Amino acid sequence: MTDLLRIEDLHVTFDTDAGAAPAVKGVSLSVAPGEILALVGESGSGKTVTAKSVLGLLPATATAHGRVLLGDGTADPAEDVLAASPARLRALRGTHAAMVFQEPSTALNPVFTIGWQLTEGLRAHGHGGSKAERRTLAVEWLDKVGIPDPATRVNHYPHQLSGGQKQRAVIAMALALGTRLIVADEPTTALDVTVQAEILELLHRCRTDFGTAVLLITHNMGVVADLADRVAVMSEGEVVEQAPVRELFAAPAHPYTRELLAAVPVFGEQSRTPTSTTGDEQPVVRAAELVVDYPGRLGRKGFRAVEGVSFEIRPGEVLGLVGESGSGKTTIGRVVAGLTAATGGELTVFGEPLTARRRTRGRAGHIGYVFQDPAASFNPLLTIADSVAEPLTVHRRELGATAIRAEAEALLNSVHLPRSYADRYPHELSGGQRQRAALARALALRPPLIIADEPTSALDVSVQAKVLDLFTELQRELGFAALFISHDLAVVEQVADRVVVLHRGRIAASGSTAAVLGNPQDDYTRRLVASLPVADPVRQGRREHALDEGVAST
Amino acid sequence: MAQLLVRRPTLLPDRLRARLRTGGPVQRAMLLTGALLTVLFVLTALLGPLLAPYGYAQLQDGGRLFGSQQHPSGAHPLGTTIAGYDVLSRTVWGARTALEIILAALLLSVVPGTVLGLASGYLGGRLDRLLVGLADALYAFPPLLLAIVMSIVISGGQSSLVGGLGAAACSVAVAFVPQYFRVVRAEVTRVKAEPFVDAARVIGTGTWRIMFRHVLRNSVRTLPLIFTINASEAILTLAGLGFLGFGIEPNSASEWGYDLNRSVADVTSGLWWTAIPPGLAIVLTVLGTTLLGESLTDLADPRLRRRGGTSTKATATATDGGADDD
Repeated sequence: MTDLLRIEDLHVTFDTDAGAAPAVKGVSLSVAPGEILALVGESGSGKTVTAKSVLGLLPATATAHGRVLLGDGTADPAEDVLAASPARLRALRGTHAAMVFQEPSTALNPVFTIGWQLTEGLRAHGHGGSKAERRTLAVEWLDKVGIPDPATRVNHYPHQLSGGQKQRAVIAMALALGTRLIVADEPTTALDVTVQAEILELLHRCRTDFGTAVLLITHNMGVVADLADRVAVMSEGEVVEQAPVRELFAAPAHPYTRELLAAVPVFGEQSRTPTSTTGDEQPVVRAAELVVDYPGRLGRKGFRAVEGVSFEIRPGEVLGLVGESGSGKTTIGRVVAGLTAATGGELTVFGEPLTARRRTRGRAGHIGYVFQDPAASFNPLLTIADSVAEPLTVHRRELGATAIRAEAEALLNSVHLPRSYADRYPHELSGGQRQRAALARALALRPPLIIADEPTSALDVSVQAKVLDLFTELQRELGFAALFISHDLAVVEQVADRVVVLHRGRIAASGSTAAVLGNPQDDYTRRLVASLPVADPVRQGRREHALDEGVAST
Repeated sequence: MAQLLVRRPTLLPDRLRARLRTGGPVQRAMLLTGALLTVLFVLTALLGPLLAPYGYAQLQDGGRLFGSQQHPSGAHPLGTTIAGYDVLSRTVWGARTALEIILAALLLSVVPGTVLGLASGYLGGRLDRLLVGLADALYAFPPLLLAIVMSIVISGGQSSLVGGLGAAACSVAVAFVPQYFRVVRAEVTRVKAEPFVDAARVIGTGTWRIMFRHVLRNSVRTLPLIFTINASEAILTLAGLGFLGFGIEPNSASEWGYDLNRSVADVTSGLWWTAIPPGLAIVLTVLGTTLLGESLTDLADPRLRRRGGTSTKATATATDGGADDD
């Protein structure tokens, strides 16, 4: 069989202020018709750059060498994208290869209807005769990708569709042009886990129903195991290993692949032994019927982010707060920290009722907060030591500069950051190192409570494992209570004693981690657990059946 | 990729050197010309007493009057004015006055503009709305008219050095305080929402400390670019005042606008040397600072900055979505 796409010895270099930076170093890949090839790697491995070069979408600062050959599957691929003229490139895009982006809301033009954007692509490539015919085609394709009520939806604007529906519409645009290859760059990363499962199902159908090949770029090994036929692992601009998916998961050959697979948290395997807490201790945080409203704009109703949520955190206990985006989990964290005011209900922190007037004063320094994005949570103009010492400088000024500096270095040492990092600036550290420094800062005043808001979701999986280990180790050592907010069930399962599952601002389930996640009782939690992609192709039973179909259709 | 987007707190000289390497040829020429003219201007102002052959108000040398409207000669390389001053000396001394007005105007507009912008942006609420309204109202004042009123208020219409400088500086400040205010306020409202400010609030840091340690220093990146526009506006306002006769008397300081005013009649009678030197001085100084500001703006913005070394192959850029553009 001939290949749809063949990349031969591709090199891509970026011109930066600091000189040339190589992003891709000699990558060779091929995709056969109807095949799903997953390109995996951590951030900075060059996987997105490789994918973009397939469609000639590299930015002006990039220089590419090598060959990227696209074909239609009938003959050997002959069109070199890197050498194609702009006009030829436009013709190739859409018909030979189409792109599905990570963020569907930015890939659609907000001022045109979905139908218009679909027909625009058809018109540009001369598909469908009249305007009415193209419109009928558009409705047909929206139906095929599973958008309910396509005849009405075709007139809707992107903001009227949910994230999953938008991603479906983008895929419909690719399929409507009869493309042979879909390049999907992290197509489900921006989506919630239940929606992710649906989109993965749709990408599966692209192959089985329409025979479209998919070049899937992802960092999520669960998605790979769910969808891919073959896997190429990239590291620092090079493909270190290529293998069929089962072989790769069963017997990874390259040490980097082994490391990557080992770091993936496996859901349902490691539950933490709950910290023994006596029931009569005073809880660190007690929330009763907590309500948070965000005020609406003039003439519009406000938005209720949290509605009637009750929970408590006992000393030394880690409470996991799980939910999809918009479930109000971050809002609860901010209310407990005093960054946002609660509208109703009762919130007692350290035995004192929290009132709107004295939100931060008084309790200041008793709560440590770890933010999601370690790049943004440090003042870029202060050194790491200064940032870590900031809580001490504010609250324990009497210690004096030397003692504070020594304490900051001790803190950095406790999170395994070498002393030489103390005088670096935040941008000179990697994401994982920054997040460790953030943990050090949160612990500076030895607070009895830590709030960790998605502390690992901005990190690569191997780094995530290290940061989680460090968190667990420090928690055991120092015995602080923690509110651990995350969307990732596997992560929460690993660190939390008890779990609260939030759904649209309400509690869907709560209880000990093993009970709630191991044996879910309510529908929502069950759905959440079922949608979780498992990083093991053998355990993904659904694949068996789908694979057979895939072979039959090609 | 993420590495490229990280902000780096570098010093200006480092950044300038890097920009010089990466900018396109036109941008490089603009930056170099601007920097050269500005350095020349500042040097002339500082070394004025050494460079100028005579004092700014000197009418005679060794008991002998210079004479009125003398042609350029060995003793007076650029001739003399109708009042009998040496043109070259007046022009060189004028740079001092121009530098003084720039410094005064900058001081009067940067400090209040930044402090108000910081307070307004960070504290928000009623104070913010009031200050934004006031800043909008200040845009309605015509600066030159205001400068004339100021010069009458400050010195009762007498054109002393302090009066002239004060009037011009005040009116430039009125025009520029709202600009600094707006730029700083916009940056502060952006920086305020950054997680590192939240991080400081969670720690329990006081409002003042957050404002000055965490917010202010991250909000003033773009100010140097406004400085240069502010500087040229200050020179032009002072020159305008002088030209209209509200400037500084020749025996209190040398001022280019005043000299231009006095040379209007000379132009019609064919005397070139009295009008061209002060006029050229104004044009070159304003051109220098404006070019410097413009090219700094261009080079600080990665979207406007052009990089060399791209091959034509890879520059086939296109809009997103691939197929659906026409």
